[in-house]
Amino acid sequence: MTHLKAVNRKANRVTDYVRGEKDGDVVALQQQPAQPHIPLGCSLAFSPGWEADSTGGTAGLCQPVERDLFDCHLGCFWPAHVPDQLNHAPSWTSQCAAAQKDWRKLDLVFPG
Amino acid sequence: MIALALREFHQFQASGRQFLYLVPSAAVFELDPVAGAVIRLVGESPRTEDAVVAALADRFPAPAVQAVIEELRDVRAIGYEQQPDPDSPKFLPMMPFPLSTMVLNVTNQCNLACTYCYEYGEDKIVDTENGKQSKFMTEATARDSVEFLLKEAGNIAHMTFFGGETLLNFPVLKSTVAYARRRAAEVGKSVDFSLTTNATLLQPDIIDFLADNEIGVTISMDGPKEMQNKFRVFHNGAGSYDMIAPKIKALLRRHRSRPIGARVTLTSETLDVTRIYRHLTEEFGFWEVGFAPVTTSPNQQYAIGDSGFDRMLGQFRELAFEFQEHVAANKHHGFSNIKDTLEEIHKGVSKAYPCGAGLGLMGVSTDGDVAVCHRFAGSDTHKLGTVKDGINRETQKEFLEHHHIADKTDCHTCWARPLCAGGCYHEAHVRYGTTRRPNLHYCEWIRGWTDTCLQVYGDLSVRNPDFLARFDRVEAKAEAVL
Repeated sequence: MTHLKAVNRKANRVTDYVRGEKDGDVVALQQQPAQPHIPLGCSLAFSPGWEADSTGGTAGLCQPVERDLFDCHLGCFWPAHVPDQLNHAPSWTSQCAAAQKDWRKLDLVFPG
Repeated sequence: MIALALREFHQFQASGRQFLYLVPSAAVFELDPVAGAVIRLVGESPRTEDAVVAALADRFPAPAVQAVIEELRDVRAIGYEQQPDPDSPKFLPMMPFPLSTMVLNVTNQCNLACTYCYEYGEDKIVDTENGKQSKFMTEATARDSVEFLLKEAGNIAHMTFFGGETLLNFPVLKSTVAYARRRAAEVGKSVDFSLTTNATLLQPDIIDFLADNEIGVTISMDGPKEMQNKFRVFHNGAGSYDMIAPKIKALLRRHRSRPIGARVTLTSETLDVTRIYRHLTEEFGFWEVGFAPVTTSPNQQYAIGDSGFDRMLGQFRELAFEFQEHVAANKHHGFSNIKDTLEEIHKGVSKAYPCGAGLGLMGVSTDGDVAVCHRFAGSDTHKLGTVKDGINRETQKEFLEHHHIADKTDCHTCWARPLCAGGCYHEAHVRYGTTRRPNLHYCEWIRGWTDTCLQVYGDLSVRNPDFLARFDRVEAKAEAVL
């Protein structure tokens, strides 16, 4: 905001919210700044090893932080949220060689 | 194209700048000249974005005006006409809500007979003379209360001793402090203590105890001699000033471990805020002085009427701006009413309930009944449980259901509702016979006072933002302990 200056704490929260609304199309779990975005499976399952490791840090995650968008479904469980790469969308990840750089290239897949 | 119209906010000026206090978010934004011009224009009459840009074309470039419109829409200061924002949803607090403050009425007896007293006067709720309640809390009930508090509280619990005249039951108070300290340590929580007293029973040994145990003390006192003696009298009608003055001075000399505050009840006959403030801070040396208008039905002679509220507002404003100048120069000022409101403005508090009563604060009567707050202690109609059996969650939920701001339709068009939320339940009960109604008799006063506090807040945000940032640091420290 350039014409309105947030003065109290709530105004800062409103500003952050507005910024998040505008910038927040797709966000990875570890992307900063933190978004008001709750990944469904992780937060409901309360499994260890997703957002934080057992010490509260990120060093001991079961998956590297950058791979959380789509790689979890291979080594862990997230099957409902990714396309079926065996039958309907075999090339879903073909543009995404390195997840931490290319995750935005993963597109939606429509049933065809 | 749909016309733009103003949304809900209160506009105010401070330090030559324009500010908006948005409702219901309670966000405070400072406007630049372009934003100020757009608000003024749309406020005159709703108009389309193109019309706003055209009307301001000779003063501001179109992209700047368009950017302002987008920003004002984003924060909901303006919106499209005929597309109102949805009403705020009615959410009840998550249960069980931790109890942070328990007010313990250790006695309902008093050695003074203040004419305006809500506990004994004509507006009393509970008959403490002929009723079923015991006159003094027993040590066993006090211990049960401690257990109740430690069970219901988070890691930090506040315990406030109250009366009647609290010090009439000093032996129980003293043993309860020791017991609560020991039990809190055993369960890994911390507890702090405060009390309210009329100062008549302060003696050296009691003062030593209060100082050594870091017990916060609030003295109920109405000011200079003729004001104090007008209502705060003994049962024989004699004024209490001469008796309490030396005792208070002794307390203030000895008790340095916590700031000592005075709490003044204002009536139509003692309405001289500035003089009272000067007397209590300069003559006595109180660190803080807080004022509250007397709670009474309107037919009492000492009730503050409309003209009295106007006068009180004028005097509050004077002290508020004096506070502002002190703070701008990094000096202490003890007008506590404004400090509390500034903190709420700084945090952007938007209340669903006027206070923590029935939620984070509860009152306990002498026989261990838990009530919405201390002013209802002992009242069967406002009982939420007992210290022995705990809180009746259904009763508590029903209370919260019926006292939510969403149900106070009179408040829905008032810009001050994020801070007021309808005002004191006890005041409403005395005025209207029900805790559910908002206190419509002092709306103008509340809006006038909130506007004053916003002006002081805006001014300090420019002249001494570090002072306001202290509210963040205090909270961060509290959270660190939690």
